[in-house]
Amino acid sequence: MQILVNGKPRHVHDDATVAELLTSLELDARQVAVEINLELAPRGEHPSRTLAPGDRVEVVTLVGGG
Amino acid sequence: MQLDEAIEDTLAIGNHALRSRLIVGTGKYAGYDVMAEALERSGTDCITVAVRRERLIDAAGNNLLDFIDTSRYTLLPNTAGCYSADDAVRVARLGREILLGLENPGADWVKLEVLADKKTLLPDPVATIEATERLVAEGFHVLCYSTDDPVVARRLKEAGAASVMPAGSPIGSGQGILNPNNIRICLEYLKDGDPDYPVIVDAGVGAASDVTIAMELGVDGVLLNTGIAHAKDPLRMADAMRHAIEAGRLSYLSGRIPKKLYATASSPTEGTITSFPS
Repeated sequence: MQILVNGKPRHVHDDATVAELLTSLELDARQVAVEINLELAPRGEHPSRTLAPGDRVEVVTLVGGG
Repeated sequence: MQLDEAIEDTLAIGNHALRSRLIVGTGKYAGYDVMAEALERSGTDCITVAVRRERLIDAAGNNLLDFIDTSRYTLLPNTAGCYSADDAVRVARLGREILLGLENPGADWVKLEVLADKKTLLPDPVATIEATERLVAEGFHVLCYSTDDPVVARRLKEAGAASVMPAGSPIGSGQGILNPNNIRICLEYLKDGDPDYPVIVDAGVGAASDVTIAMELGVDGVLLNTGIAHAKDPLRMADAMRHAIEAGRLSYLSGRIPKKLYATASSPTEGTITSFPS
Protein backbone atom coordinates (compact mmCIF):
# COMPACT_ATOMS: atom_id res chain seq x y z
CA MET A 1 0.00 0.00 0.00
CA GLN A 2 1.02 3.60 -0.47
CA ILE A 3 1.48 6.14 2.32
CA LEU A 4 3.02 9.60 2.52
CA VAL A 5 6.17 9.93 4.62
CA ASN A 6 7.36 13.48 5.17
CA GLY A 7 5.40 14.56 2.14
CA LYS A 8 6.74 11.88 -0.22
CA PRO A 9 4.96 8.73 -1.42
CA ARG A 10 6.35 5.49 0.00
CA HIS A 11 5.32 1.89 -0.49
CA VAL A 12 4.98 -0.31 2.59
CA HIS A 13 3.50 -3.78 2.97
CA ASP A 14 -0.10 -4.10 4.09
CA ASP A 15 -0.59 -3.75 7.84
CA ALA A 16 2.95 -2.42 8.28
CA THR A 17 3.49 -0.98 11.74
CA VAL A 18 5.11 2.33 12.66
CA ALA A 19 8.00 0.42 14.21
CA GLU A 20 8.54 -1.47 10.95
CA LEU A 21 8.47 1.77 8.99
CA LEU A 22 11.15 3.32 11.22
CA THR A 23 13.29 0.20 10.88
CA SER A 24 13.00 0.33 7.08
CA LEU A 25 14.04 3.99 7.21
CA GLU A 26 17.07 3.02 9.32
CA LEU A 27 16.17 5.56 11.99
CA ASP A 28 17.03 5.50 15.67
CA ALA A 29 13.57 5.44 17.24
CA ARG A 30 14.82 7.29 20.32
CA GLN A 31 15.75 10.35 18.26
CA VAL A 32 12.49 10.78 16.36
CA ALA A 33 8.80 11.37 16.93
CA VAL A 34 6.02 10.24 14.62
CA GLU A 35 2.77 11.92 13.71
CA ILE A 36 0.04 10.23 11.67
CA ASN A 37 -2.66 12.37 10.05
CA LEU A 38 -1.80 15.30 12.38
CA GLU A 39 -2.02 13.16 15.55
CA LEU A 40 1.02 12.16 17.61
CA ALA A 41 1.74 8.41 17.54
CA PRO A 42 3.38 7.78 20.93
CA ARG A 43 6.57 5.74 20.94
CA GLY A 44 5.07 3.00 23.08
CA GLU A 45 2.43 2.31 20.43
CA HIS A 46 4.84 2.03 17.50
CA PRO A 47 5.10 -1.80 17.55
CA SER A 48 1.32 -2.26 17.54
CA ARG A 49 0.18 0.75 15.50
CA THR A 50 -0.59 -0.38 11.96
CA LEU A 51 -0.60 2.03 9.06
CA ALA A 52 -3.47 2.46 6.63
CA PRO A 53 -3.39 3.29 2.92
CA GLY A 54 -3.01 7.01 2.34
CA ASP A 55 -1.80 7.76 5.89
CA ARG A 56 0.15 11.01 6.07
CA VAL A 57 3.12 10.24 8.29
CA GLU A 58 5.56 12.80 9.62
CA VAL A 59 8.85 11.62 11.11
CA VAL A 60 10.62 14.45 12.91
CA THR A 61 13.81 14.92 14.87
CA LEU A 62 15.63 17.77 16.58
CA VAL A 63 17.70 20.27 14.62
CA GLY A 64 19.56 23.43 15.54
CA GLY A 65 17.24 26.32 16.36
CA GLY A 66 16.84 29.40 18.49
CA MET B 1 29.60 37.10 44.50
CA GLN B 2 30.35 34.37 47.02
CA LEU B 3 30.18 30.82 45.74
CA ASP B 4 27.21 29.84 47.90
CA GLU B 5 25.39 32.96 46.81
CA ALA B 6 26.11 32.11 43.19
CA ILE B 7 24.66 28.65 43.66
CA GLU B 8 21.49 30.09 45.15
CA ASP B 9 21.13 32.64 42.36
CA THR B 10 19.54 30.21 39.95
CA LEU B 11 16.94 30.98 37.32
CA ALA B 12 13.76 29.10 38.23
CA ILE B 13 11.24 28.42 35.46
CA GLY B 14 8.51 25.84 35.94
CA ASN B 15 10.21 22.81 37.48
CA HIS B 16 13.64 23.86 36.26
CA ALA B 17 16.45 25.65 38.08
CA LEU B 18 19.15 26.89 35.73
CA ARG B 19 22.63 27.82 36.95
CA SER B 20 23.29 30.13 34.04
CA ARG B 21 20.84 32.88 33.17
CA LEU B 22 21.86 32.62 29.54
CA ILE B 23 19.83 30.35 27.27
CA VAL B 24 21.55 29.70 23.95
CA GLY B 25 20.16 28.55 20.63
CA THR B 26 21.73 25.82 18.52
CA GLY B 27 20.89 27.18 15.07
CA LYS B 28 22.91 28.82 12.31
CA TYR B 29 26.44 27.85 13.36
CA ALA B 30 29.02 27.17 10.65
CA GLY B 31 29.28 23.60 11.93
CA TYR B 32 28.30 21.34 14.80
CA ASP B 33 31.83 21.40 16.25
CA VAL B 34 31.79 25.19 16.53
CA MET B 35 28.31 25.02 18.01
CA ALA B 36 29.32 22.52 20.68
CA GLU B 37 32.36 24.58 21.70
CA ALA B 38 30.39 27.84 21.71
CA LEU B 39 27.72 26.32 23.95
CA GLU B 40 30.43 25.16 26.33
CA ARG B 41 32.12 28.56 26.47
CA SER B 42 28.85 30.45 26.92
CA GLY B 43 28.42 28.76 30.29
CA THR B 44 24.80 27.89 29.52
CA ASP B 45 23.08 24.81 30.82
CA CYS B 46 19.95 25.24 28.71
CA ILE B 47 19.82 25.19 24.92
CA THR B 48 16.98 25.61 22.46
CA VAL B 49 16.31 23.17 19.65
CA ALA B 50 13.83 23.01 16.76
CA VAL B 51 11.63 20.17 15.51
CA ARG B 52 11.95 19.35 11.81
CA ARG B 53 11.36 16.55 9.35
CA GLU B 54 13.96 13.80 9.50
CA ARG B 55 16.09 13.87 6.34
CA LEU B 56 15.24 10.47 4.97
CA ILE B 57 17.54 10.52 1.98
CA ASP B 58 20.73 11.77 3.58
CA ALA B 59 21.31 8.78 5.82
CA ALA B 60 24.93 9.79 6.35
CA GLY B 61 23.89 13.27 7.49
CA ASN B 62 24.96 14.24 10.96
CA ASN B 63 22.28 14.60 13.60
CA LEU B 64 22.41 17.50 16.05
CA LEU B 65 21.95 15.00 18.85
CA ASP B 66 25.31 13.41 18.02
CA PHE B 67 27.00 16.67 19.06
CA ILE B 68 25.07 17.49 22.22
CA ASP B 69 25.52 15.88 25.61
CA THR B 70 21.85 15.55 26.51
CA SER B 71 22.76 14.54 30.06
CA ARG B 72 24.47 17.89 30.53
CA TYR B 73 22.08 20.35 28.89
CA THR B 74 18.40 20.84 29.50
CA LEU B 75 16.87 21.06 26.04
CA LEU B 76 14.19 23.66 25.38
CA PRO B 77 12.28 22.61 22.25
CA ASN B 78 10.73 25.46 20.29
CA THR B 79 7.80 25.78 17.91
CA ALA B 80 9.72 27.97 15.48
CA GLY B 81 8.20 28.12 12.04
CA CYS B 82 4.61 27.81 13.28
CA TYR B 83 2.07 30.34 12.06
CA SER B 84 -1.04 28.97 13.78
CA ALA B 85 -1.98 27.76 17.25
CA ASP B 86 -2.88 24.34 15.79
CA ASP B 87 0.58 23.87 14.30
CA ALA B 88 2.31 25.11 17.44
CA VAL B 89 0.43 22.56 19.55
CA ARG B 90 1.36 19.77 17.09
CA VAL B 91 5.04 20.71 17.13
CA ALA B 92 5.12 21.08 20.92
CA ARG B 93 3.73 17.56 21.30
CA LEU B 94 6.32 16.14 18.89
CA GLY B 95 9.14 17.94 20.68
CA ARG B 96 8.00 16.54 24.00
CA GLU B 97 7.83 13.05 22.50
CA ILE B 98 11.45 13.25 21.30
CA LEU B 99 12.70 14.60 24.62
CA LEU B 100 10.86 11.86 26.49
CA GLY B 101 12.74 9.36 24.32
CA LEU B 102 16.00 11.09 25.19
CA GLU B 103 15.03 11.13 28.88
CA ASN B 104 15.88 14.83 28.93
CA PRO B 105 14.33 16.99 31.67
CA GLY B 106 13.20 19.49 29.04
CA ALA B 107 10.33 17.19 28.04
CA ASP B 108 7.88 19.14 30.21
CA TRP B 109 8.42 22.59 28.73
CA VAL B 110 8.32 24.39 25.39
CA LYS B 111 9.41 27.68 23.91
CA LEU B 112 6.23 28.79 22.19
CA GLU B 113 6.58 30.77 18.99
CA VAL B 114 3.49 31.49 16.94
CA LEU B 115 4.56 33.90 14.24
CA ALA B 116 2.49 36.34 12.25
CA ASP B 117 4.54 36.95 9.11
CA LYS B 118 7.78 35.82 7.55
CA LYS B 119 9.31 39.23 7.03
CA THR B 120 9.28 40.51 10.60
CA LEU B 121 8.96 37.15 12.40
CA LEU B 122 6.83 39.08 14.87
CA PRO B 123 4.58 36.90 17.01
CA ASP B 124 0.82 36.68 16.51
CA PRO B 125 -0.35 37.68 19.99
CA VAL B 126 -3.88 36.26 19.69
CA ALA B 127 -2.70 32.87 18.40
CA THR B 128 0.10 32.82 21.00
CA ILE B 129 -2.40 33.32 23.83
CA GLU B 130 -4.66 30.58 22.41
CA ALA B 131 -1.76 28.13 22.02
CA THR B 132 -0.56 28.93 25.55
CA GLU B 133 -3.94 28.05 27.03
CA ARG B 134 -4.10 24.78 25.10
CA LEU B 135 -0.55 23.72 25.96
CA VAL B 136 -0.92 24.61 29.63
CA ALA B 137 -4.04 22.42 29.67
CA GLU B 138 -1.87 19.57 28.32
CA GLY B 139 0.61 19.98 31.16
CA PHE B 140 3.33 21.97 29.42
CA HIS B 141 5.33 24.70 31.10
CA VAL B 142 5.07 27.29 28.37
CA LEU B 143 7.74 29.94 27.77
CA CYS B 144 6.17 32.49 25.46
CA TYR B 145 8.07 34.42 22.85
CA SER B 146 6.27 37.76 22.66
CA THR B 147 6.69 41.34 21.62
CA ASP B 148 7.58 43.83 24.35
CA ASP B 149 3.92 44.90 24.63
CA PRO B 150 3.17 44.95 28.38
CA VAL B 151 -0.55 44.26 27.88
CA VAL B 152 0.13 41.15 25.78
CA ALA B 153 2.72 40.09 28.35
CA ARG B 154 0.11 40.30 31.09
CA ARG B 155 -2.42 38.36 29.02
CA LEU B 156 0.13 35.60 28.41
CA LYS B 157 0.81 35.30 32.12
CA GLU B 158 -2.94 35.14 32.79
CA ALA B 159 -3.16 32.37 30.17
CA GLY B 160 -0.74 30.36 32.31
CA ALA B 161 2.65 31.04 30.76
CA ALA B 162 5.53 29.80 32.94
CA SER B 163 7.60 32.68 31.57
CA VAL B 164 6.98 35.59 29.26
CA MET B 165 9.88 36.31 26.91
CA PRO B 166 9.62 39.75 25.31
CA ALA B 167 11.82 40.37 22.30
CA GLY B 168 14.45 43.08 22.59
CA SER B 169 14.11 43.57 18.82
CA PRO B 170 13.17 41.28 15.89
CA ILE B 171 14.65 37.77 15.76
CA GLY B 172 18.15 37.71 14.32
CA SER B 173 18.16 41.50 13.77
CA GLY B 174 20.96 42.28 16.23
CA GLN B 175 19.35 45.60 17.08
CA GLY B 176 19.57 45.04 20.83
CA ILE B 177 17.02 46.33 23.33
CA LEU B 178 15.04 48.84 21.27
CA ASN B 179 12.51 49.85 23.91
CA PRO B 180 13.88 49.42 27.41
CA ASN B 181 10.92 51.31 28.82
CA ASN B 182 8.49 48.69 27.52
CA ILE B 183 10.64 45.95 29.06
CA ARG B 184 10.50 47.90 32.35
CA ILE B 185 6.71 48.04 32.19
CA CYS B 186 6.55 44.33 31.30
CA LEU B 187 8.64 43.65 34.42
CA GLU B 188 6.40 45.85 36.55
CA TYR B 189 3.22 44.12 35.33
CA LEU B 190 4.54 40.56 35.41
CA LYS B 191 6.30 40.80 38.77
CA ASP B 192 3.56 42.73 40.57
CA GLY B 193 2.96 40.70 43.74
CA ASP B 194 4.99 37.88 42.16
CA PRO B 195 8.63 39.05 42.21
CA ASP B 196 10.04 35.65 41.29
CA TYR B 197 8.01 35.35 38.07
CA PRO B 198 10.66 34.74 35.37
CA VAL B 199 10.93 37.25 32.53
CA ILE B 200 13.46 36.55 29.80
CA VAL B 201 14.54 38.77 26.93
CA ASP B 202 14.37 36.58 23.84
CA ALA B 203 15.69 37.78 20.49
CA GLY B 204 17.50 40.79 19.12
CA VAL B 205 20.83 40.50 20.93
CA GLY B 206 23.68 41.60 18.66
CA ALA B 207 26.54 42.10 21.10
CA ALA B 208 27.48 41.35 24.68
CA SER B 209 26.48 44.85 25.83
CA ASP B 210 22.87 44.09 24.80
CA VAL B 211 22.82 41.17 27.23
CA THR B 212 24.13 43.31 30.05
CA ILE B 213 21.66 46.10 29.33
CA ALA B 214 18.78 43.60 29.39
CA MET B 215 19.94 42.13 32.69
CA GLU B 216 20.43 45.57 34.24
CA LEU B 217 16.76 46.28 33.52
CA GLY B 218 15.97 43.44 35.92
CA VAL B 219 15.02 40.61 33.59
CA ASP B 220 15.83 37.14 34.85
CA GLY B 221 17.62 35.82 31.81
CA VAL B 222 18.45 36.28 28.16
CA LEU B 223 17.89 33.88 25.27
CA LEU B 224 20.04 34.39 22.18
CA ASN B 225 21.32 32.52 19.17
CA THR B 226 22.43 34.55 16.16
CA GLY B 227 24.53 36.96 18.25
CA ILE B 228 26.94 34.10 18.91
CA ALA B 229 26.38 31.89 15.87
CA HIS B 230 26.97 34.63 13.30
CA ALA B 231 29.69 36.58 15.10
CA LYS B 232 32.98 36.63 13.20
CA ASP B 233 34.48 34.65 16.06
CA PRO B 234 31.63 32.72 17.66
CA LEU B 235 33.79 31.17 20.37
CA ARG B 236 35.15 34.49 21.60
CA MET B 237 31.65 35.97 21.45
CA ALA B 238 30.39 33.05 23.54
CA ASP B 239 33.00 34.02 26.15
CA ALA B 240 31.80 37.62 25.96
CA MET B 241 28.18 36.60 26.43
CA ARG B 242 29.09 34.55 29.51
CA HIS B 243 30.77 37.56 31.07
CA ALA B 244 27.96 39.87 29.97
CA ILE B 245 25.19 37.86 31.62
CA GLU B 246 27.13 37.74 34.89
CA ALA B 247 28.05 41.41 34.73
CA GLY B 248 24.47 42.43 34.05
CA ARG B 249 23.07 40.28 36.83
CA LEU B 250 25.61 41.53 39.38
CA SER B 251 25.09 45.12 38.26
CA TYR B 252 21.32 44.78 38.65
CA LEU B 253 21.61 43.17 42.09
CA SER B 254 24.09 45.84 43.19
CA GLY B 255 21.69 48.72 42.50
CA ARG B 256 22.95 51.35 40.12
CA ILE B 257 23.42 54.99 41.10
CA PRO B 258 20.77 57.43 39.93
CA LYS B 259 21.57 59.41 36.80
CA LYS B 260 22.22 63.10 37.53
CA LEU B 261 22.56 66.04 35.19
CA TYR B 262 25.68 67.53 36.79
CA ALA B 263 28.98 66.14 37.95
CA THR B 264 29.87 65.04 41.48
CA ALA B 265 33.59 65.05 42.30
CA SER B 266 35.09 61.73 43.30
CA SER B 267 38.14 63.36 44.99
CA PRO B 268 37.81 65.55 48.14
CA THR B 269 37.18 69.23 47.50
CA GLU B 270 38.83 70.11 50.85
CA GLY B 271 42.59 70.33 51.21
CA THR B 272 43.36 71.13 47.62
CA ILE B 273 46.52 73.25 47.07
CA THR B 274 44.94 74.89 44.04
CA SER B 275 42.22 77.49 43.75
CA PHE B 276 38.78 76.84 42.27
CA PRO B 277 37.24 79.03 39.60
CA SER B 278 34.46 81.19 40.99
